Amino acid sequence: MVTSRQLDSLASGKQLYRRITRAKRLYLLLGAVSLAIVLIIDVLVGPSGLPHRQVVSAIALPSAADAPTWAIVWLIRLPAATMALVVGASLGIAGAEMQTILANPLASPYTLGVAAASGFGAALGLVLGVGLLPLATGFLVPVNAFIFALLCSFSVYAVSRLRRASVESLVLTGIAFHFLFSALLALLQYMATQEQLQAIVFWLFGSLSKATWTGVAIVGSTLLVTLPIFARDAWMLTALRLGDAKAESLGIDVRRLRRRVLVLTSILAAMATCFVGTIGFIGLAAPHIARMLVGEDQRFFMPLSALNGALVLTVASIVSKALVPGIVFPIGIITSFVGIPFFLSLVLIRRSRYW
Amino acid sequence: MSLYLEDVSFAYDSELVLNQINLQVDSSITALVGPNAAGKSTLLRCVAGILKPQGRVVLDGQELSALGTRERAQLVGYLVQDGLGSMELTVLEAVLLGRFRTLSWRVSETDLDLALATLNDLGIAHLALRSVCELSGGQQRMASIAQVLVQDPRVLLMDEPTANLDLRHQLEIAALLKEMTLRKGLVTTLVLHDLNFAVRVADTIVVLHEGRVFACGNPASVVTPEMLRAVYGVWARVNIDEEGIPVVTLLDSVRSHSRVTLDGAASGLSV
Repeated sequence: MVTSRQLDSLASGKQLYRRITRAKRLYLLLGAVSLAIVLIIDVLVGPSGLPHRQVVSAIALPSAADAPTWAIVWLIRLPAATMALVVGASLGIAGAEMQTILANPLASPYTLGVAAASGFGAALGLVLGVGLLPLATGFLVPVNAFIFALLCSFSVYAVSRLRRASVESLVLTGIAFHFLFSALLALLQYMATQEQLQAIVFWLFGSLSKATWTGVAIVGSTLLVTLPIFARDAWMLTALRLGDAKAESLGIDVRRLRRRVLVLTSILAAMATCFVGTIGFIGLAAPHIARMLVGEDQRFFMPLSALNGALVLTVASIVSKALVPGIVFPIGIITSFVGIPFFLSLVLIRRSRYW
Repeated sequence: MSLYLEDVSFAYDSELVLNQINLQVDSSITALVGPNAAGKSTLLRCVAGILKPQGRVVLDGQELSALGTRERAQLVGYLVQDGLGSMELTVLEAVLLGRFRTLSWRVSETDLDLALATLNDLGIAHLALRSVCELSGGQQRMASIAQVLVQDPRVLLMDEPTANLDLRHQLEIAALLKEMTLRKGLVTTLVLHDLNFAVRVADTIVVLHEGRVFACGNPASVVTPEMLRAVYGVWARVNIDEEGIPVVTLLDSVRSHSRVTLDGAASGLSV
C-alpha cells in the first residue's frame, strides 16, 4: 500500500526525473546552437580573405555573385563546412556505438582497424592506381578506402565468430587488423615514389579541401539512413551496457543487435574516412564528452555524440584556416590540438568513476 | 504456476556442467544450494534462456525455448551475479531499463511510477538520482534487485541476491521476496551460498552436486549433517529450532580427506 508520504516522494521523484531530462534536452539544444554558430564562422573564414558581407550575399543571392566569389563559396567553403558537419557527426556516432557494443572505452574506428584499412585502400589507389571497382574511376581513392574499411570490419567480425563472438575477441581481432593494415600501408609507402608518398601522407593527414557536394550527399545520406535505425535501437543499446546476460534476459537479441550496429558503424566510419582521410580523436573523444554531460541514456548520448563530433571538427576546420592567414592546415592534425584541451579539462573536472 | 525441468543437460565445450536435471518447482521460493561449480548459476541461466540446454524447460505447459526472447522476458526475470557495473546512468534510469518492453522514446508515467514505487519498496528511493557507478556494492545489488522486480515477471530467478548486502538488508530482501511470491503467486528460485539464510527464506531446498540434483525437499529434510558431509565435505551439527527450521553449526573445517583442523591439530598431516 502506498502511503501519502510515499506518494509525495513519488511525485517529487518524477518531477526531478523530468527536470533532469529537460536539462539533457537543453544540452542537445546548446550543442545544436553552438554548431550552427561555428558552422557560420567556418563558412565566413577562408584563405582567400573574402569579406564576410560578400560571402553572405553569395549564399543569399548566388545568381548575383561574381564567378570567383560564387566558386569559392559554393564549390569550396560550403561543401567543406557541410562535410565537416556530416563527417564529424558520423565519426561521433560511430565511436559512441562502437564503445557501446564493445563495452570498451577505447573503442573507436581506429580500434577495429577501420582507419588503417581505409588508409591502405586509399594508398593502393594513389600508388598503384588500382581501383577495386572498375566503374568508379572518378572516385578511385575514396571507393578503395571505403571498400577496405568495410572489408576490415567484416573480417574482424568473421574471425571473431570462428569461436564464440565475445567482445574481447572482437577488440583483439580489430587491433590485429589495425596492425596488419598499418604494415601493408608502410609497405606501400616504402615502394612509393616521392610524389606518391607525398600524396599518401597528405591523404593520411585528413583534409576537407577536396570536399564536393557529391561527397557531402553520400556521407550525409548514409548518416540520414542510419540515424533512425540507431534511434529505434536506443533503449536496446542503453540496456546492452548492463552486460550481455542481463540484456538478453530483458528480451534483447544481443548477437543480432551487436551485428547490426557493427555493420552500421563500420559503414558510417568508412564513409566518413574515405572522403576526408583519417581523422582520429573524434570517434574516441566525442562520445566521452557526451557521456560526461548526459550519461549513457542513448536517447541523449547518441545525438550529443554526433553534435560533439560535428562541433569539434568544425572548430578544428576554423582553426586550421585561421592559424596562419592564407594557409589551410590539414584537419586531422588540428582536430587533436583543438579537442584534447577541452576533453582533458572535462576529464579533470568531472572525475567520474565510470570506466 | 509451475516450472518443470526435464532431462536438462548443459556442457561448456566438452565439460558437462548439468547432467540430466529433473525438477519441478511451484509458486513458492526455492533455494538452489551446493558447492562452487556445482552448476547452480548455469541452471539459472538455462531457465532464463541465456544458455541453450538439452532437455525441456516448461512453464505451465509452455516450453520456454519455443518462445521468442521478448515473450520469455515477459515471464522470466533474471538477476545476474554481477552488479550494474560502471555505467554512467542514474539508479532510476537503470531501474527503468527493467521496463524495457514498454519503454518508448518518452518514458510513460506508468513506467516511471512503477520504477519509483519499487525503489520505495526497497527503501532506496533516496538513491534514485545517484549515478550507478558511484554506489557501493550493496547499493548496486539493491538497485539490480529493483530492476528485476520492476519487470513484474511470473518467474523470478536470482543469482546470489544477498551478495554484498548487510544483515538488515538481507532480512528485508527475504521478507520482500516472501511477500511478493505469496501475493503474486511467483515461482521464485534463488541461488544461495549461505545455508542458514537459505533455510529461512526458502520453502524448498535443491542441493546441486557435480551437475546433478543431490537432494530436494523442505529445509528440515534436506539440510542434514550427512548431506553437508557428502556435498560440502564439512562436519556440522544441525539443530531444528522452535519454528522447525534447521540451524547449521560448523564443527570445524575438517575436510573428509585432508583432515586438517582449524587449530592446527592434524592427524597425519602437519600444517
